[in-house]
Amino acid sequence: MIEKFLPNVDWEMMWQATVETLFMTGFSIIFTFLLGIILGILLFLTEKGNMWSNVVINKILSAIVNIFRSIPFIILLVLLIPLTIILVGSMIGPKAALPALIIGAAPFYARLVEIGLREVDKGVIEAAKSMGATPITIIFKVLLPESMPALVSGITVTTIALVGSTAMAGVIGAGGLGNLAYLQGFQRGQGDVTLVATVIILIIVFIIQFIGDYITKKLDKR
Amino acid sequence: MINIEAVKKIYAAKSGKVTAVDDVNLNIDAGEIFGVIGYSGAGKSTLIRMLNGLEIPTTGEVSVAGYKVSSIKGKELRKARQEISMIFQHFNLLWSRTVKENISFPLEIIGIKKEAREKKVLELIKLVGLEGREDAYPSQLSGGQKQRVGIARALASDPKVLLCDEATSALDPQTTDSILDLLVDINKRLGLTIVLITHEMHVIRKICHRVAVMEAGKVVETGPVIEVFKKPKKEITKRFVQQVIEKDETKDTIEQIVAQYSTGKVVMLGFVGESAEQPIITNLIRKFEISVNIIQGKISPTQNGSYGTLYIHLDGEKDEIELAIQYLHSQDISVEVIEA
Repeated sequence: MIEKFLPNVDWEMMWQATVETLFMTGFSIIFTFLLGIILGILLFLTEKGNMWSNVVINKILSAIVNIFRSIPFIILLVLLIPLTIILVGSMIGPKAALPALIIGAAPFYARLVEIGLREVDKGVIEAAKSMGATPITIIFKVLLPESMPALVSGITVTTIALVGSTAMAGVIGAGGLGNLAYLQGFQRGQGDVTLVATVIILIIVFIIQFIGDYITKKLDKR
Repeated sequence: MINIEAVKKIYAAKSGKVTAVDDVNLNIDAGEIFGVIGYSGAGKSTLIRMLNGLEIPTTGEVSVAGYKVSSIKGKELRKARQEISMIFQHFNLLWSRTVKENISFPLEIIGIKKEAREKKVLELIKLVGLEGREDAYPSQLSGGQKQRVGIARALASDPKVLLCDEATSALDPQTTDSILDLLVDINKRLGLTIVLITHEMHVIRKICHRVAVMEAGKVVETGPVIEVFKKPKKEITKRFVQQVIEKDETKDTIEQIVAQYSTGKVVMLGFVGESAEQPIITNLIRKFEISVNIIQGKISPTQNGSYGTLYIHLDGEKDEIELAIQYLHSQDISVEVIEA
């Protein structure tokens, strides 16, 4: 039955591609999260009037974030090939896509983190200061917990964007569902492969969104 | 306990320099409840924030509980702040933490072990009357309950001074009173020095021992609350005192009433301190051949005595009324005959 409608789909290959997509997304999201949080906190704290207020550092960080956020991902992939070879040792395969994926997504997430932190009640930060909290305590016990719903919904959006990017990473031979859909589905004219790959990507996106929404809702006690 | 010396705070605003606090000198004793009253923009908020180093004075010195908060920084300032707690108009609780966890926060900052923290938190919850709400989140509490959490949190580090930044301004009158009662209770039980700022004379009347009136960055009048109520010197102070005695409203009524009486005299009596508790009216009726009709009266307690006004109508023989008024003058009260 299935073979009649989807004659060209090799399920083993499809599974292989799904695993590659999940690997690229999962691995890069961990680093995107860490890097984005650090960058976002620095962006926020060096803002004028905040704890580590420093115009110069803030401007520099902001410029870096903006530059990497504006480079189209496909160009970033190519630009980063030398760095990828140093870091990963190869420019082909799912691993080779990671540096570009992380460097592309982290600045985006950093901005979302910054926005989330800005929404933390200034009064609460002041209250923590008035209790004699150190900056580190304020970051870990006030800023991060109080902005957690925004941080989680931000990482959800970023993860979904990353799934899209992994599809594009197929261009440099990174593998994954996008690669499969392009090479087999498009170039060989096997529409059913494209269809199945798309459906799987959609399912992945829906699951990510569902989990993200669920956690955000659970965390938000406001 | 608190010493504010020649303190000035100047802000650089877009429109030029703004002097928020202008040459303020104040001494606040240990165990005292000291109130600062003023309209918004009078500089009272800036003043109280200088007491825990959230604002640094441009010139002058502030010392609180032995710490020179106007000049210390870093570790020493953080240590001072653990002894100078603050509660806020909008409570400033962490929404992500339960009541228990919020109260526990300052203890975590000090670095107290988990078991000791839990014991202390339960004590505090009892002290502020929040039993049964330990695991609620701030969003599930009423305004008054939130401020109770704020107070418990402020007391967790066993501070010597409690600063109240418009702590009751976001609460309804009834809740305000219950929070004020709690503050008095804490002041008596723990001997805590309390400094509060407000724009409501009611708050000053109800719990403060001494008051400073601020206008345009300056302290224009200061003294024991009862004295300030008895003899407000400055125009602004009179306005604040009126807030609680509603003189304006009374005046209209009294004028109407005086017009109604064709005989006798209407007298306004002002009581302050102990005289408010004397049986003046009884004495009046016993000693003189007159009838006494009470028109209107109000007595308000403060932390160091009561004060109030009483309007009475005296009727009878003209000479007898004169004698009665003379008798009233001889008592420790203020007497004002109101002419129609």
